[in-house]
Amino acid sequence: MSLDKSDVEKIAHLARMALDESHIEAYVEDLGNILNLVEQLEAADTDAIEPMFHPLHMAQRLRGDEVTESDCRGANQVVAPKVENGLYLVPKVIE
Amino acid sequence: MHSKSIAELGAAMRAGEFTSVELTRHFIDRIDRLNGELNALITATPEQALAEAEAADRAIQSGKAGPLTGIPLVQKDIFCTRGVKTSCGSRMLDNFVSPYDATVVERLKQAGAVSLGKANMDEFAMGSSNETSYYGPVRNPWDRGRVPGGSSGGSAAAVAARLAAAATGTDTGGSIRQPAALCGITGLKPTYGRVSRYGMIAFASSLDQAGPMTRSAEDAALMLQAMAGFDPKDSTCADQAVPDYSAMLNDSLQGLKIGLPREYFYEGLDSDVTASIEEAIDLYKQLGAEVVEISLPNSGLAVPTYYVVAPAECSSNLSRFDGVRFGYRCDDPKDLEDLYKRTRGEGFGAEVKRRILIGTYALSAGYYDAYYLKAQKTRHLISDDFKHAFETVDVIMGPTAPTPAFALGEKVDDPVTMYLNDIYTIATNLAGLPGISIPVRAVDGLPVGLQIIGNYFNEGKLLNAAHRYQSETDWHRQIPEGFA
Repeated sequence: MSLDKSDVEKIAHLARMALDESHIEAYVEDLGNILNLVEQLEAADTDAIEPMFHPLHMAQRLRGDEVTESDCRGANQVVAPKVENGLYLVPKVIE
Repeated sequence: MHSKSIAELGAAMRAGEFTSVELTRHFIDRIDRLNGELNALITATPEQALAEAEAADRAIQSGKAGPLTGIPLVQKDIFCTRGVKTSCGSRMLDNFVSPYDATVVERLKQAGAVSLGKANMDEFAMGSSNETSYYGPVRNPWDRGRVPGGSSGGSAAAVAARLAAAATGTDTGGSIRQPAALCGITGLKPTYGRVSRYGMIAFASSLDQAGPMTRSAEDAALMLQAMAGFDPKDSTCADQAVPDYSAMLNDSLQGLKIGLPREYFYEGLDSDVTASIEEAIDLYKQLGAEVVEISLPNSGLAVPTYYVVAPAECSSNLSRFDGVRFGYRCDDPKDLEDLYKRTRGEGFGAEVKRRILIGTYALSAGYYDAYYLKAQKTRHLISDDFKHAFETVDVIMGPTAPTPAFALGEKVDDPVTMYLNDIYTIATNLAGLPGISIPVRAVDGLPVGLQIIGNYFNEGKLLNAAHRYQSETDWHRQIPEGFA
């Protein structure tokens, strides 16, 4: 399986990640090599095999629906790029 | 002082030979003098370390000291540390000061350990050479032209160069064991769920596990004792009792059944490394162990399986880095999409981008079954190989890495060649099993690691086997030139 430049651009858009135009060819090559490696999986017979989503086959533990954290908005927003009145600021979405 | 084990340091401090403040100053001085040539630490925290050492000295004086009280160590920069920069080796988090402590950090603090600072690492723990760090590569103390391994390369180099008594690391595909092997130290990846992942910046959540990186198995037992155990803050943390690891160290190895997977001794393995591993296994025979050849027939699927599962989970986990709530934000975004795209494009390095792209592709509409679902099935095959093996053997042994440390820059332009460095370590992460790497006979002055893999929650047996070897040999006591 190989990818072309437009495939890589599409994947980068899905990941919301800008790629430097001058680096795209290198990504095309690198991703193609990685996919060639991954393609070795095709040879494995997995028809009767269940997928393994947890290494110990354990069920997800759930906790009670109780408040356990105190309000730490202030402490958490100290590291935010831009906040105002406790809200995170981003460029205007709706005109 | 810096060549003493954790147990020796603890005993000396309790006997009043020196204080934790004196010991901590000694390590701070070594970091000041020696870190420049290694780049093992991203952030040093000498003031905080001395304050913690003073508290440790008070605990020692009042007879309340535990085995880690006053012991100076470094934390891999993947662990959130309250009030201290937590970069994860990335430009994305270069400005991030964590508002909280990871459970591992909290537990080591409670045990009285002193944190000297934060260790360098591959960006977001993605790499096998520590060359993907935003803060530059770490150099191997045994040969400064070579890599220390990765991703916990700073932790491994710091322990090998005696810049700290011990370190924490994390291991998603070999990131504790491979750098431990390349730097000549002891590194343990516990069973998935043995140690809490809370506050450990997530790369691949079904594979990531934290563990100790130390100079000996004896020290690793003390570290793991403090790190392991149930944590309600991590829903994947195992609710299993933690045994007394130190009490098991000297158990007899008489009758221990060691499996040697024939797939781990293939033609790509360096012949000098093979000889070192075989010599170590001969010593185990002299200690009463029985050696049998076994087969892990699906071993060849481990690397390709990993390079679907890990990037898929990474692309999901790293979607949180969007320039909105914390971390890097690009300048002058023209709209929200531009903010996301340029923040992530500028904040992540090349290897992280490659993995996000592969993961995004593998999870995208129309490809999920062919890649992610298929890989979760081959993962099951790999796991079943181990299950069958552990029906007849107690532990599995083999090399940790196919070669000793390679040169800086040698593999950095070829991702797939770099990935094959983890050919022996990745399968245990996919299966969730514990594994340890210990130094055996060096090759041309470069350390070689023996990997011992155990059954689920059998860390005690791994530490026992490692300790018995280290009681008979002194490879773990070797100090690189210039750091004695």
